[in-house]
Amino acid sequence: MTKARLAVDIGGTFTDVALETDRGRFTAKTLTTPRAPEEGVMTGALEALRKASLQPADIGVVIHGTTLATNAIIERRGAVTALLTTNGHRDALEMAQENRFEQYDINIDRPEPLVPRWLRLPIEERMTVDGDVLLPLDEQSVRDVLPILDAEGVESVAIGFLHAYANKAHEVRTAEIISEARPDISLTLASEVAPEIREYERMSTAAANAFVRPLMESYLSRLEKNLLQQGFNCPFLLITSGGGLTSLETATRFPIRLVESGPAGGAVLAAAIAEQVGAASMLSFDMGGTTAKLCLIDDYRPATARTFEVDRSYRFKKGSGLPVRIPVIEMVEIGAGGGSVASVDALKRIQVGPESAGSEPGPACYGRGGIAPTVTDADAASGKIMPDLFAAGAFSLDLNAASTAISHTIGRQLGLDENNAAFALSEIVDENMAAAARAHAVEQGSDISSRTVVAFGGAAPLHAARLGEKLGVDRVIVPGDAGVGSAVGFLLAPAAYDVVRSRPTRLDQLDAVAIEELFSEMFNEAEAVVRSAVGAAELTQKRGVYMRYAGQGHEIPIELHVQSTDKWKEQLTSSFEEAYTALYGRTIPSMPIEALTWSLSLSGPVPPSTRSISKLEKRTVIAESTRDVFDPQQRERTAYGVFQRDALMPGDIFKGPALIVESQTTTVLTSSFDGQIDKFGNIVLQRKDVA
Amino acid sequence: MKQSIDPLQLTLIWNRLIAVVEEQAQTLIRTAFSTTVREAGDLSAGVFNREGQMLAQAVTGTPGHVNAMAASVAAFLAKHPMESLHEGDVLVTNDPWDGTGHLNDFTVVTPVFHHGQPIGLFAATSHIADVGGLGFGPDANDLFEEGLLIPISFLFKQGEPNETLFNVLRANVRDPLAAEGDLYSLAACNETGIKRLIETLNEFGLIDLEAVGAQIIKQSQEAMIAEINALPDGEYNYAMRIDGYNDPIDLVCKLMVRAGAIEIDFSGTSKASSHGINVPLTYTQAYASFGARCVIGNMIPNNAGSLAPISILAPATTILNAQRPAAVSARHVIGQMLPDVVLGALAKAMPGRTPAEGTSCLYLPVLRSVADAKEPFVINPFYTGGTGARPGKDGLSCTAFPSGVKNTPVEINEATAPVIMWRKEYIADSGGVGQYRGGLGQVMEFQHARDEDMIASKMFDRIKHPARGRKEGGAGGNGQVRLASGTMLKGMGRDVILGGDRLVVETPGGGGIGDSAARADDAVRQDVKKGFVSQESAEKNYNLLSRKLSEK
Repeated sequence: MTKARLAVDIGGTFTDVALETDRGRFTAKTLTTPRAPEEGVMTGALEALRKASLQPADIGVVIHGTTLATNAIIERRGAVTALLTTNGHRDALEMAQENRFEQYDINIDRPEPLVPRWLRLPIEERMTVDGDVLLPLDEQSVRDVLPILDAEGVESVAIGFLHAYANKAHEVRTAEIISEARPDISLTLASEVAPEIREYERMSTAAANAFVRPLMESYLSRLEKNLLQQGFNCPFLLITSGGGLTSLETATRFPIRLVESGPAGGAVLAAAIAEQVGAASMLSFDMGGTTAKLCLIDDYRPATARTFEVDRSYRFKKGSGLPVRIPVIEMVEIGAGGGSVASVDALKRIQVGPESAGSEPGPACYGRGGIAPTVTDADAASGKIMPDLFAAGAFSLDLNAASTAISHTIGRQLGLDENNAAFALSEIVDENMAAAARAHAVEQGSDISSRTVVAFGGAAPLHAARLGEKLGVDRVIVPGDAGVGSAVGFLLAPAAYDVVRSRPTRLDQLDAVAIEELFSEMFNEAEAVVRSAVGAAELTQKRGVYMRYAGQGHEIPIELHVQSTDKWKEQLTSSFEEAYTALYGRTIPSMPIEALTWSLSLSGPVPPSTRSISKLEKRTVIAESTRDVFDPQQRERTAYGVFQRDALMPGDIFKGPALIVESQTTTVLTSSFDGQIDKFGNIVLQRKDVA
Repeated sequence: MKQSIDPLQLTLIWNRLIAVVEEQAQTLIRTAFSTTVREAGDLSAGVFNREGQMLAQAVTGTPGHVNAMAASVAAFLAKHPMESLHEGDVLVTNDPWDGTGHLNDFTVVTPVFHHGQPIGLFAATSHIADVGGLGFGPDANDLFEEGLLIPISFLFKQGEPNETLFNVLRANVRDPLAAEGDLYSLAACNETGIKRLIETLNEFGLIDLEAVGAQIIKQSQEAMIAEINALPDGEYNYAMRIDGYNDPIDLVCKLMVRAGAIEIDFSGTSKASSHGINVPLTYTQAYASFGARCVIGNMIPNNAGSLAPISILAPATTILNAQRPAAVSARHVIGQMLPDVVLGALAKAMPGRTPAEGTSCLYLPVLRSVADAKEPFVINPFYTGGTGARPGKDGLSCTAFPSGVKNTPVEINEATAPVIMWRKEYIADSGGVGQYRGGLGQVMEFQHARDEDMIASKMFDRIKHPARGRKEGGAGGNGQVRLASGTMLKGMGRDVILGGDRLVVETPGGGGIGDSAARADDAVRQDVKKGFVSQESAEKNYNLLSRKLSEK
């Protein structure tokens, strides 16, 4: 028997577990326990083991992802953090780019920095752009900040000096001084977290890493201890924002690399579904308890980027969040989840989110003391959720509490009856998500309506059909175990690590041998990380170069083949010109080309999927029972057929409107969709007016 | 053939056109050589129907291009009518009166063909760092001293580059490679726009932009008129005095709201200057209309329809309607002040909805090597001061307004030129006092990295005339330029910074709104803790000592 693999994803509201065994997949969903998240992890893990009749010793690997770091930043719940920076430049973190992200709104607010001005402390030192020492480090100026750190109760320190990406000696020495004097203070070096030019983005990344590090470090070590105590004597890996697996040690040093790790797992799943169904372009739609995440999949691969903005607080607009420079799967995240709280503002407009009721107290219908109406309350009140079957029947939903909360906060203020108040709440959150998806596609220069939506996460299947209607898409897919989709994605991710190094050179002056040496250093760094996750397995190396015409400010990524160095110049020139022409129409004759940043991505084997493929026999099925659900097209309660997902077989075809109920979520087919189960067990929603 | 458009389809295509021009702008940023474009976002991009009416424009950092570009396309079409153009033709100019107000801005226009027929145009403007002459700055006395002017010409003719033009360009500018690259970049972004537009037309089965364009313009105009109708009809006046080159300039405006239209008349404004701060009318119209648009109908996208109900006049004798061949290089210093003037007038029509005066003009020093330098360089970084307090909110510290460009990172400047920026920090007490405080300015120090001499070209205002507050709010801090060695410098003109000395630039703060006694206790305490307001100022202006000390 091959050892089973266990994946655990902590979201803002739920902790999801997927257990892959050679007898199939077992899942569990349990409430997140924010004060000690490891408790929820253990509850869920043991429940999945129990379902599979396995013991902790039967597990071969535990893979973990979490949005704890993201939520800590959004809610500003991280450590008391100081930033030591080059004297004269302490305001770089707050001035940011000195621009307004919304040209026509005079009332915008710029994002509040993670480190307040009184904790941005100047240090006497200065490097030049070439990494030469212009002013030596004044060690006394470092010691002078110690009393301030003590007085303000600083737990974590980021060190971000100008040009330290070129020479980090001053940052390293400063860290030594601080750690000798205050060994308990957590330290983050900007030159290690994001060794790239542009001081604001680098300092912002360092500040964010420092802000979440104590919290994440303490959490991860508690979790590791718990796992060991329970008898999980297997490797413990973390999934990164880039969708690869990494070791606990790396995760602890660079927790900012975990910032979008849960959602990254979802994108890995979406890409796998894209391959299954042969849909090259998809929109991955992941909606949990706290947020919704949207990601574009093209050519069966999630879009990736080297920078990410946490907490875009102004209508999801680019520039309204805090930038972090890390390898990420490119996605947009908004405060729209099952727990998102609704209110009515002074202009009588319904606002939903970004505040979430989380798991404690949770939505009103949880009956745990929550009184504010949430998206889940609207879903329950409008009939979309079977109250006794929510979260695998872990607890029963209180429909009266949901209705009361909605009537009290929304219905009464706007003069809407119960049905319409619940519908209005749902409609706003769906519209918010549709707007975010459109805006994201625009930023990526891409189109939405021709895509297939793949929906997972506890709340997504409830909202995917309506979102699809708003986006004009024809097909929506809800994969198996959609309620715990990110965790399922973790099981499909290879161990991987990305390393980048800035080493600018003009292509006509390229010293390929020196760069080959650089690559071997990078390989060693990445190999250490990846081997710690996969042992002796075969590794795949991908090399990339960020190139541009000399004098431009933005680069395009070019793949560098692994080949003898004398072929580099020729290959890079032709690959660059080809990519440039594809993007911008024509090359610029006789303009020198330069390479700036070299990247190496090392990954282990992609885990095999154990999903079996059945032979397809088409069969029309009729629902045995119906339920009155408020339909957005009909604007009234309509009889929806009710199906149990377990009872549906590949090949089954059924008409909308309908509910397909499974243990961790419910898929809603609005009246504009019909459905079928494909040969992989996915629910496929097809728009009625489209063949 | 007339095609009918249903409302849903219109919404979809309209959104798509806006997405297309946003992508066009992104392409320009990604391919540009000029740091002002690629780092700061000083550019614009738009799509036009075949009559030259603007249908959509990218929201970039430059309101100065808002309808200037629209006027520009009309000039292109007057010289090269649509039916005379061929596929693969690309036109260009940097004529300040046919473009966006100074020689550094190059506008490139590309016709779009669909099924062999011309159906519209894409236009894009970007700022090229150097166009010869005296260099970017206010010191010239006429246009000819300011550098190379390229009248409306072919950049590419049926796909073939106009080598004569490229040769002339290369021979006349200080960084020929970058200038050439930037023209390619402009052509490339229009091509991206065309590609996406054709895809959109095919997807929706459209043969041209006529029906869609007409609807977009009609609906936008109607929406704008409805917004204007919500204001009380009347005549509203405002005047603001600023520094100018040598003599102060009065910007005087009479704003009339009548019958769903706004007319802004700058009669009474000071005469044209003998130096390069004169403003061609297109640029005046752009910033004046932005001032109105940022508070009236600001959710309605820019196009020929939404811009139509606002008209802007300035007599030809004034600095706001400069006549050929006046020097215009630093026209932004004056033009960017116009929203403050328009908002000042509007404050009377829509009380409690407009901000106080702010820094408004970007602080963009040009630093360059002296003539015989071993290491020639020129940089033109963008910086900002504080904005005026908003109704119910503080002003933004060091934030561009009305321009929306980004700053240039310190590390990028130092990588581009042998310059060290020693300091870039907020200035305490530079925000005008008030219930809502003005945004703070910043202080910056520049030194040649090898202690050689360098030239600073300055075009800074609000050194003598700070941003004024509204409703008992105080004025923002003044700007200031000096040498670290002590000498005070003028806001305008050129100076040599001797090796080893530092150029110190302080940007202004924004004006406050309301009585400072009414400022919230917590806001005063936060300001003091952050060092945004000094202890002395807090005691003097905000009665710090008599406020409750309840909070820790």
